[in-house]
Amino acid sequence: MTITKTQEGAKLTVAIDGELNTNTAPELEKEFETCLEGITDLVIDAEKMNYISSSGLRALFGAAQIMAEQGKMTVINACDDVKDIFNITGFVDILTVI
Amino acid sequence: MKKLEIEAVKENLNDVLSFVVSALEEAGCSQADLFKIKLCTEEIFINVASYAYYPETGPATIILDVSGGPVVVMLRFIDKGVPFDPLSKPDPVRNRPLREAKKGGMGIFITKTYMDEVSYDRKDGQNILTMKKAVVIG
Repeated sequence: MTITKTQEGAKLTVAIDGELNTNTAPELEKEFETCLEGITDLVIDAEKMNYISSSGLRALFGAAQIMAEQGKMTVINACDDVKDIFNITGFVDILTVI
Repeated sequence: MKKLEIEAVKENLNDVLSFVVSALEEAGCSQADLFKIKLCTEEIFINVASYAYYPETGPATIILDVSGGPVVVMLRFIDKGVPFDPLSKPDPVRNRPLREAKKGGMGIFITKTYMDEVSYDRKDGQNILTMKKAVVIG
């Protein structure tokens, strides 16, 4: 998995390329620990994220919890398989997925 | 029928997924079904790796069978760890996913949702979790 961050003022886009699974999720969690300070608009670009497991969901929701306090978080470009996981787990009710 | 014997540690996740994915690709399983079965494999294997022998480690056996028409994929996870029936946990309550995700019940819920059948048995000192899914070929 590769993580690419693009910041424009208080907006941060985090693009995830590859699989967000048990082995790679800690890397993303670590990024979120340090990169969200002062961010009010967090965008997760999931265009190239071809897989997510419950560990990956936990990483995203760690960020969602922080962003609930300081702004908004949106997931964009997720493929149908990934969107389906957001749906069945009810995470779509918490996250903004477009 | 294919069989993989492997130490139940998170570091072996990729080997487990490769074993399952290559068998499903060989069988011509559709990408949508492959995605779901791969995901359920991760959830169950990580469950075994996290809890079965904690704080020690131990072996896991994974049996995979593809048969019939319509084609059904059967996956069986066997460990010799402490008795643990993951299916006994209640399903997460919708609209409270964050809390549930932290509790770790989400992986089992996903597995029960995506597979057609999931069953647990404790036999001869072993935890045996079997899951089945009818798949589309091609």
